[in-house]
Amino acid sequence: MSYFSDIYNGIKTLLTGMSVTGKYFIHARKGSLTQQYPDNRETLKMFDRFRGEVVMPHDENNEHRCTGCQKCEIACPNGTIEIIWDRGIDEETGKKKKKIDKHIYHLGMCTMCGLCIEACPTDAIVWAQNYENSVYDRTKLSKVLNQPGSKVKAGIED
Amino acid sequence: MRPISYRDCERNITLEPGTQNMKPETINNNFKTEEYFVNMGPQHPAAHGVLRLILTIDGEIIKNVEPDLGYIHRSIEKMCERDSYQQIVHLTDRMDYLSSHINNEAVCLTVEKALEIEVSERVKVIRTIISELTRIASHCLWWGVMGMDVGALTTYFYGFRDREMINDIFEETCGARLTMNYNIPGGLMFDIHPNFVKRTKDFITHFKTKLPEYDRLLTGNVIFQKRTKGVGVLTKEDAISFGTSGPVARGSGFANDVRKRHHYSAYDRVDFKEALFTEGDSFARYQVRIMEMWEAMKIIEQLIDTIPEGDIKTPTNAVIKLPKGEYYQRVETARGELGVYINSTGTKNPYRLKFRSPGFSNLSVLDHITKGAKIGDLVATMASFDFVIPDIDR
Ligand code: SF4
Ligand code: SF4
Repeated sequence: MSYFSDIYNGIKTLLTGMSVTGKYFIHARKGSLTQQYPDNRETLKMFDRFRGEVVMPHDENNEHRCTGCQKCEIACPNGTIEIIWDRGIDEETGKKKKKIDKHIYHLGMCTMCGLCIEACPTDAIVWAQNYENSVYDRTKLSKVLNQPGSKVKAGIED
Repeated sequence: MRPISYRDCERNITLEPGTQNMKPETINNNFKTEEYFVNMGPQHPAAHGVLRLILTIDGEIIKNVEPDLGYIHRSIEKMCERDSYQQIVHLTDRMDYLSSHINNEAVCLTVEKALEIEVSERVKVIRTIISELTRIASHCLWWGVMGMDVGALTTYFYGFRDREMINDIFEETCGARLTMNYNIPGGLMFDIHPNFVKRTKDFITHFKTKLPEYDRLLTGNVIFQKRTKGVGVLTKEDAISFGTSGPVARGSGFANDVRKRHHYSAYDRVDFKEALFTEGDSFARYQVRIMEMWEAMKIIEQLIDTIPEGDIKTPTNAVIKLPKGEYYQRVETARGELGVYINSTGTKNPYRLKFRSPGFSNLSVLDHITKGAKIGDLVATMASFDFVIPDIDR
């Protein structure tokens, strides 16, 4: 007797399960989550807090907000950020002042932890939302964040 | 050693005189069999990551299971001795990556305990909500993989579909989907996103209709029940003596939920049941996790509408130095009890930092409960243990 009830139960649970999968089969278009990447590149927008890579925004006068204080370099757990700095003459006071020469960022080593951005006192670095970072040569992943010829915006002190 | 061939077996049949009319089974008993070992892993599709199990088997019967670790060892504990307390937090993302937020919280709670700072109510509530979302996400993934391990591929897609919604919540608020690093000692890195509450509520409404589907699809299925019921039975005594925790222990009736017994964050003010089953088999561990998902939703519902106002960060020094001494804090991750032990000599780095990870103790019981079982049962048992190998092998 239990032989037949086993068969009956087996078929019943099978059909119960198939009613779930069958529902999705019929309504395949509704609520589907699949994204047609890379065809949807134009419309695909990341959330504004998404951690893509660290960038340093420059304004139209090619000025950034980085004072070269090296706080991001110290905060970074794995040496992703290297700052090469120099002493320049401040035009107003005539005193010597620290300024960055190169703000080097090795994207290949970054763990996207966000500690550098938290540590920066002048908000000179922010997250960019790009997500396509593959390159053919890994040396291309080391970037200099400050643009050539750029200088620090007047009045930014750490 | 040369593999045993059919010829060898044939040669070893020793028929005693006058046994020509022996039944076939008695003849088979005269086959000489030999134990041999096979490796399961480190790159085995059913082994959830780079875990190598050295199986000593006789035919299909398992005689001995010896886990061999070290394939994903990154010396996280040693790296912690080099890092500042803020930097340690992001390393714990890489341990049990499916409960990364809860790991972060564990380190932050330990540091806060040592510094004797009290975080605001808002931080406590947000941490609790995100922890519970993490638990649901982790169990969703486990449910999909558990189904796949016993031969049901559809579950994998359904589990990932629902987990995707939680990942979106994390991505919007924390900026990352898996390695969030949202906690810092003293609070949270930044406030929740304005959409957080709405999205979380949407998810709860959505998931309440999906969880019964999980039951209809897999829990009631005869094949699934035959594969898991009575398989890998762990008694309560063994659960305690091997130091198991989390759903593995609670499936054997060992009530040890850290959230209930040693309150942290906002767990003291929420009302939830501890999922407890007494059978101790793979199916009981399965049921514990399904019930935990319901309870996690209950916890979120109690907190989501009344997130109190308050500071997001309690200010700490830029260089955190813990006073000399030893500190320990435990939390309940999706896999069990995670303990963080910090030994500080008063400098800016810990002198020694030790993680008591749930997976490691749970793994130790595997040999004990799969002795004499078949290889297929080992896979089902392992699936019900929900191992995350980087958590075992830090
Ligand atoms: S995000 Fe983290 S790893 Fe990356 S540069 Fe900043 S501090 Fe370093
Ligand atoms: S980016 Fe910010 S923290 Fe880093 S050197 Fe510049 S100002 Fe300092």
